[in-house]
Parts: sequence; structure tokens; C-alpha cells
Amino acid sequence: MGAFLRDPSVLVEALRTLFLGWGLSPGLTTLLLYVLGGLVLATGPMLWVIFLIWFERKAVARFQDRLGPNRVGKFGLLQPFADVLKLLTKEDIIPAGVDPILYWAAPILSVAGVLLLWPAVPLGLGIGGNINVGVLYLIAAGTVGTFAIFLAGWSSNNKYALLGAMRTVAQLVSYEVPMVLILLIPVLLARSMNMQDIVRAQDVWFIVYVPLAALIFLIVSIAEIGRTPFDLLEAESEIIAGFHTEYSGMKFAMFFAGEFLHAFTIGILTAVFFLGGWRGPGAETYPVLGILYLWLKGFLVYFVVVWMRATHPRIRIDHLLNFSWKFLTPLALVLLVVAALLDKVVVDLGTWPRALAHLVSHGVVLAVTLQIVRAWARRLPRPVVSEPRPVARPQPQPQPTGTGD
Amino acid sequence: MVAYWIFALVSLLMVLAALVAVTNRNLVRATMGLVLVLFGNAVLFVLLEAYFLAVAQVIIYIGAIAILIVFAIMLTRHVGDAWGPAFHRAWAWAVVVAGGLAVGLLFWIAHWPAADGKAKSPVDPQYTKLLGKALVAPDGYVIPFEVASALLLAALIGAIYVAWGGRRVKGPYPQRSEEKEA
Repeated sequence: MGAFLRDPSVLVEALRTLFLGWGLSPGLTTLLLYVLGGLVLATGPMLWVIFLIWFERKAVARFQDRLGPNRVGKFGLLQPFADVLKLLTKEDIIPAGVDPILYWAAPILSVAGVLLLWPAVPLGLGIGGNINVGVLYLIAAGTVGTFAIFLAGWSSNNKYALLGAMRTVAQLVSYEVPMVLILLIPVLLARSMNMQDIVRAQDVWFIVYVPLAALIFLIVSIAEIGRTPFDLLEAESEIIAGFHTEYSGMKFAMFFAGEFLHAFTIGILTAVFFLGGWRGPGAETYPVLGILYLWLKGFLVYFVVVWMRATHPRIRIDHLLNFSWKFLTPLALVLLVVAALLDKVVVDLGTWPRALAHLVSHGVVLAVTLQIVRAWARRLPRPVVSEPRPVARPQPQPQPTGTGD
Repeated sequence: MVAYWIFALVSLLMVLAALVAVTNRNLVRATMGLVLVLFGNAVLFVLLEAYFLAVAQVIIYIGAIAILIVFAIMLTRHVGDAWGPAFHRAWAWAVVVAGGLAVGLLFWIAHWPAADGKAKSPVDPQYTKLLGKALVAPDGYVIPFEVASALLLAALIGAIYVAWGGRRVKGPYPQRSEEKEA
């Protein structure tokens, strides 16, 4: 047990010896271990979703001064299981005129797109993702989710679903630009695209170096998963349920689970890039402890996401796109250039002076940005719905001609 | 051995997806066939241990080009519906050209000295770094790299000009005028 805590790879080695002892060939053993690892990595987060659903319902309920689920089990903890059973046993309704293959593929791709992010995540020292192009891999895996939502909307044979799909493609593609730019900043600070190296480089968490970048990353990630205030893909008040209007039962549940897991995943990713990942007291000696730290940090960010969901209204589609193209993208570009130039100068100063230099640069950028935004806002024409009308008063006589109302 | 089986499976899938991409009358399904082919390509790169190329393949071809095709389909009315013949009327010529090309390629590969059935040992593990340095090194490819960026910027500005219809836009918030018209 102690050996496992110190070096979790002994478990893999024990399994390998076991399989080899059964007389399997080395190649097949390696494949089997990969498959097993994949199964564990895919099943763990999916089971965690059951808890997330309970937590989110409970938390949002508290924000809205309600109790949330509280009948099934202690604190309503068994409610998600009841929901899962209900969804599993529901009739599987397939509307007329749907595209037979793509309609089925979309929910699967939606979950797969989220699970594909997990192999790149470093869970602890020597555990989990160790891909040398890890950050690029994350961006590549993100495209699967875009396709899943587009396919769901297109194959449903429903114009509201198609509208949702169109918004999806516009929104996700727009927000991918600032996301890639912002992800370059931790890569630049760590001098590596390997996420394990990025975590290892954070003797001081990167959120201390580049707090604005962390904030933009969180905002952009929320837009990428399509949650409030960016949930235009499924804006209930306008287009019913957007891309998943025509989905019911277990297929709907897969979209649902995919979205919840994605929300938690961006929490984990924010933790990896800006909050020191698995780092914490004792995590180097006992890598398993690192998983716990990462989980706690990820959960903290996830709570912020839920908090935003509970407190913000949805923003309008043109505001959404303007926000990305006219605000986040230029700001991300400026931050990237500043970080690149500054880091070249201060990289040899030691950890804390380097962090402070970056922090000060972010303060300057923030001040300038606020001034520009304020100046821009003053130049905006004040939105007027119609000409101001006088209060009702007795008219002396009706005007036969003229332009009055 | 396992790698051979994965290669065979992925190749078979790619051929089937390619057939879907060229024969399906529905443009969205054809696009999805193309996406599957490109994805299979990425898997082949992974089998060759060229991870950077695999990821770049997915980002550029699936994340950018296939999404662009999807954009084009969505912005064009009724193109998403299946209509018209699936084959061009000169399909016989196309078969001749494609067949000739395939035979030529097979012949060439079979007589290629490197194709003795054994793959070379994987390239330098630092090849991503080498590639990145070559792209920005003054004695490398920095000029083509920068020229390509300038070209893309020019295309971007040109696209905006065409999209605005050449008219001048005043003020910080051009949507206002359209809202008034509507």
C-alpha cells in the first residue's frame, strides 16, 4: 500500500505481471493495459457526473433561495440515481425525418468530445497525461464537441435545432481564438506544451503571474461549454432547447452528462494551467495525494462556474460575438505580446521577482483597458427604443395634418 | 502486431469514409465522411509516432477546414438537402484519371528503395522543437512563414471589405445603422 502511494505505477506493473502470467503475449498485454486505463479514465469522470448533477442542483437551489432535491436519500443524494433510472427506462422517441446515422452519432460524440480531453490532464506526479503536445491536443479534442452539437442540430430535422446549431458553430469558433491565444501564455511561462511540465513549472501558481489570463481563460471556457451566460445554443426562451430539442430519454441524458462533465473538466483545466494542478503539500512524495489536490482545485473553479450560472442572465448573440472579437481577442493578443516580451527580460530574476513583474504588467494592461473601454462607452449612442413621448394630457384639438403621433 | 491491426482497421474505415465523402448526395453527410477520413489520417500519424503532425492534422483539417465547409453549407440555402445527381457526367474520365494515378502511385511505391516493409526507427524525439525552430530561424523558413502570415492578413482584410460591400462604416458601432433599417 505504501509503495502504491509513493509510486502508483506499481499497480500497472503488477497487472502486467499478472497478464503475462496468464500466457498473453507482451504486445497484447500492453494493448489490454491501455484499454483498461482508457476504461478507468472514461468511467471515473462519468460516475463523478452523477455527484456533480446533485451538487449543481443543490447549489443553484441555494442561490435561488430554494432547498433543491431533498426527498430521495439523505440531502437528496440519491436523486440523480432516480433520474438516471427514469431516463434509462424512458421511451426512445425518434422524430420523423431525422438523419438516421448522424442523429445517433451526435450524443455519443458529445460525451466523447469531453472524455477525449482527459487523457491530456496530468493527475499527479507521473500519473495521467504526459503528451508532449498536450495543449495542442486539448484544442484538437475540442473540435469534436463542436461537431457533435452541429450534427445534433442539423440531423434533428427541426428549425430551432438548426438555429441552435448555427449559433453553436459561430460561438464556439469565435471563442476558440482567444482561448488559443490565452493558452499560449502558460505555455510561454513554462516553456513547454506538455501539461505535466506546465504543472511542474508552477512553483508559484500562474494565477499570481497572469491573473487576467486566468480570468479570460475561465470566461472563454464557459463560452466553449455553452453555459449561462453563454447558453445561446439552447436558449429556452427563444429556440426551445436549441440543438437538443428533438432528443429525449438516454440520448438527451448524454448531452446533459456531457455538459456537466465539461463544466467540471474546464475547472480541472483551469486548475492545471493557473492553479498549480496537482501541486500541494506532500504531493511530490505521494502522487496519489496530487489527484485529491487537483480535484479540490478543479471543484473550486467548478463552483465558480455554477455560481455564474445561478446569478447571470443570458447575453444577446451580437453582444456575445462582439465580446469575443472586439474585446477578448485583442486583449488576449496584447497580454500574449506583453508576456512574451517581458518574460524574455525577467526570466533570470528568480521566481518571485518574475511573478511580480508579470503581475505589475497585468495591472498596467488592466488600467489601460479600463480607460479604453470607458472612452469607447462614452462615444456610444445612448440606446433609445423610441422618441420620448409626452405624458398623456388633454389635446386642445386634433391636428388634421402634420407629423405628430 | 497490434499496430498492424489498428492500421488495417483504420485504413479500411478511411476507404469507406472516403467513398461516403465522394458518393453521398447529401453534402453534410459527405462532409462527415471527409472528417472521418481526416481523423483516420491523424490516427495514422499517431501510429508513426508523429504526435505533433497528428494533432496539427486535427486542428487544421477538422477544426478549421471542415468547420469552414460546415459554415459554407449553412450559409447557402438548400445545399444541405440532397438533390441532383451524385456523379458528374464526365465520371468515366474521372475514373480513368484516378485509376491511372492509383496504379502509378502503387508502382512507384513498390519500387521505392525505402519500402522494404520495415519502418525506420522513429524520427528524433525532439522533432517538434526542431520544426518550430526551423520555422522561425533566419536561415530556416522564417521568410515563407511570415509571407504566409501577411498573405492571410491580406485575405482577411479583403474578406471584410467584400463582406461590407465596399461601403464606409463610421462610428464605433456599425450595427446601429442596420438596426434602424430593420
